[in-house]
Amino acid sequence: MAMTLAQAILSRKSDKAPEEGTLCRVRVDLAFANDITGPPAIRSFKEMGAEKVFDPARCAVLPDHFTPNKDIAAAEQAKEARDFALEQGMLYWEQGRVGIEHAFLPEQGHILPGEIILGADSHTCTGGALGAFATGVGSTDLAALWALGETWFRVPSTIKVRFEGEKPENIGGKDLILALLSLIGVQGARYKALEFSGEVVERLPMDDRFTIANMAVETGAKAGLFAPDKTALDWVTPRAARSFEPAFPERGAPYEKEILVEVSEMTPLVALPHSPANVRPALEVGPMPVDQVFIGSCTNGRLTDLEQAARVLRGREVHPSVRCVVIPASREIFADALRLGFIDTFIQAGAVVCTPTCGPCIGGHMGILAKGERCVSTSNRNFVGRMGDAGSEVVLSGPLVAAASAVAGRVADPSEVLAND
Amino acid sequence: MTRTITGKAWVFGDDVDTDVIIPARYLVTSDPRILEKHCMEGLVPDFSTRVAPGDFIVAGENFGCGSSREHAPLALKGAGCGGVIAASYARIFFRNAINVGLPIFECPEASKAIAEGDALEVDTSSGTITMTGIGEVFHFSPFPPFIEEIVAAGGLVPFVREELERRKTR
Ligand code: SF4
Repeated sequence: MAMTLAQAILSRKSDKAPEEGTLCRVRVDLAFANDITGPPAIRSFKEMGAEKVFDPARCAVLPDHFTPNKDIAAAEQAKEARDFALEQGMLYWEQGRVGIEHAFLPEQGHILPGEIILGADSHTCTGGALGAFATGVGSTDLAALWALGETWFRVPSTIKVRFEGEKPENIGGKDLILALLSLIGVQGARYKALEFSGEVVERLPMDDRFTIANMAVETGAKAGLFAPDKTALDWVTPRAARSFEPAFPERGAPYEKEILVEVSEMTPLVALPHSPANVRPALEVGPMPVDQVFIGSCTNGRLTDLEQAARVLRGREVHPSVRCVVIPASREIFADALRLGFIDTFIQAGAVVCTPTCGPCIGGHMGILAKGERCVSTSNRNFVGRMGDAGSEVVLSGPLVAAASAVAGRVADPSEVLAND
Repeated sequence: MTRTITGKAWVFGDDVDTDVIIPARYLVTSDPRILEKHCMEGLVPDFSTRVAPGDFIVAGENFGCGSSREHAPLALKGAGCGGVIAASYARIFFRNAINVGLPIFECPEASKAIAEGDALEVDTSSGTITMTGIGEVFHFSPFPPFIEEIVAAGGLVPFVREELERRKTR
């Protein structure tokens, strides 16, 4: 029988044909943890009686969440993860070289088409942008992966999502995934895989694809996949850290259903508190003042995102009562943004620019919200207390809306600010 | 393993996420004794001092959605929670709960019927949830065989330990 992309990938690495609904045992190509999920994984690894990771070149630790270490406890955690990684000879990058795992690993060529990638972080699904079956697990599962080099999956059914129409200029990956969330909700794809396609996808740059795949987990999905096309292969081939063989969905593959997202008439979207599926057009939100704007994270901290934010902020000022925090998602992105003058634009506009880290996305550091404060954030979750006090609010958006909101001091559509250009 | 768990119900809605189960700012440790102090504080600020050993979290669909943090089931376990009864679970939370040994039960009917403070008894061998006040009984679906295997081994840690032993002697 013809296979979906998820099945096609799983079949490569599995001991048996990956039939939907059955459990299959698969070999993994990369298994990674961060400074939060690493230490419990290391402890479970030792409790399992394991001594050596299955392959140090396929196991990684990335210190990106509470780093540069925000306090002593975070420092202890990061140290435990680092010591283990160095002792095992695993892939490890120190502060200053690393980035947010889901932006950094693909950039370094460690997530490749046709591979199976497991990370102890729910947004591991970002790797689906490259046609890898990438999904998040908990620390104990990761410890088992480090020890055995394999894990078990229930083979998911797949929902095919087609983005069709003529994409308006101000619409980006974030708007597309928010549009899907508004249609299927936060559990519309629970336990399933999403396969993204359609004429919009065919012309979509990689950065937008990463944003879409990143938030697949917000629909409950196990994986959010793009079949690797020329755009993806051109992007990944010069970066690849290993040889790879892309997998593709087969014609006539059985999809559980197909969802059509028509984009021609779309205007930029936001997700209001406290659910990523609470989606409205930014233009229809009404007066909603903001105290902080965060442009960054594994969702929208890439070069194209910073470029869009810079387009809005160039020659403008952040509203006097707004803190605007910009965090490039990796060193490479930071360096490119510096070279292209975006960083200068941000600083001239009155924004704060920080070193690559998750920072405020997870309420860790570098921009925590006080009770009653509201933040427009380009990250992926706006749950209660996500970025600080349980009485604070997060509005999710793409970088254009975020930058426009920073200038306007309230939730704004980019057209309201860019009108005078 | 036969086990009866008794406690009262703490009722929550759909889509209870990991940020309210244990906010990220406390993730500088994975010690359940520290984590439990902040368990559910996003929804019930003094939860950890009011929850009694054996008490159940009763929730709707998609319990545990959000991050992969194993700290969420660990915090609930640390708080002495007897288990979670929900209509459905987010997939990573589901795996994590099994792996760290937090009892979880999937039962949409019970999740709808149970009200805040109801006295409950869960019998894991017969697969039943009883509302002891009114004697109403619900059945929950057993785990798929593969998960039973992990549970039977006592969790993922001993399961892998056995697998590693097998590989050594092969
Ligand atoms: S940027 Fe936010 S969502 Fe992404 S890995 Fe970091 S904490 Fe998680």
